[in-house]
Amino acid sequence: MSSPTGEGPTLDPARRRSIVRDGLAVGLATGAYGISFGAIGVAAGLDVWQTCALSLLAFTGASQFALVGVLAAGGAPLSGAATALLLGTRNTLYGLRLAPLLGWRGWRRASAAQLVIDESTAMSVMRESQPAARLGFLSTGVAVFVLWNLATLVGAVAGRALGDPRAYGLDAAVGAAFLALLWPRLRDRRNRITALLGAALALSLVPVTPAGVPVLAAAAVALVAGALTRDAADPTEVPGPEDLATGREHHHGHGGSP
Amino acid sequence: MIWAAVLVTGLGCYLLKLAGLSVPSRVLERPVVERIADLLPVALLAALIAVQVLADGPSLVLDARLVGLGVAFVALLLRAPFIVVVLAAAVAAALVRLL
Repeated sequence: MSSPTGEGPTLDPARRRSIVRDGLAVGLATGAYGISFGAIGVAAGLDVWQTCALSLLAFTGASQFALVGVLAAGGAPLSGAATALLLGTRNTLYGLRLAPLLGWRGWRRASAAQLVIDESTAMSVMRESQPAARLGFLSTGVAVFVLWNLATLVGAVAGRALGDPRAYGLDAAVGAAFLALLWPRLRDRRNRITALLGAALALSLVPVTPAGVPVLAAAAVALVAGALTRDAADPTEVPGPEDLATGREHHHGHGGSP
Repeated sequence: MIWAAVLVTGLGCYLLKLAGLSVPSRVLERPVVERIADLLPVALLAALIAVQVLADGPSLVLDARLVGLGVAFVALLLRAPFIVVVLAAAVAAALVRLL
């Protein structure tokens, strides 16, 4: 065991290589999502710069897909942003879990914050010591950040070159991407019921409210279901719907879906 | 307005992450808060799927997008990788429109 606060070379080289290799593998797996996001972003009406800025600044898949999804459906940009922020709250819970584990302060904490996502959390919380947790967090976070942003650029440029996105079925790809993100969560019965009620509420509001409102309103289903039920699994323990890792160490990712 | 949404989303998502790393855990680590945070993505993503696939402006329509979603559903049941799921849905919808 290494010292809990040590930053020194307390990991042997083979262990370091293994942790870094895992992080790189997770980063590569996110490339497919990044390309899809880039293509869907421009199909939704963002330009290449806006699509890339979103990946750089927001850097959390589900929120980004949500913003472009609301825009693609004709919703107001700010209701899209509100939906994206609601989806981003899960990263706050990840941060709570990670804070004592990583033990960073000041500028290190401020820079590390941008890398708090499903994948870096999943590849960090399972480690045996603080140096291993930090290395897992950084190698995964940086690998995903670099590849996600490169892939977004490639997807956005390629998507724009394609022309009318409807001719290629890209509008249908948005729904498919969301379903794939949601899929690992649908094993749980309460999640399935919440999903069905959220979808039903949104559809019932489509004819009577401005675009963007139906999706936001679905948050009410989560509020009520969360307040009325007991004993959820700890969300910080289960990689979420935007979990792209499908890493060897856990089986909640997309590839291990039901 | 799109730039405003991009910047608000970007800044907000960063602050949500930073808050988690900075706020004492007892402030937010309450069971009901965790449950709601766990269920929010489920409800919102499901609503997004429904609106994305069935809404056309203020009306609900059944068209090629629903075929795409059905193909995605089957692909997920077969445990296809993400990119295959998305591509299969797009190709299916494009083919339906060609017919």
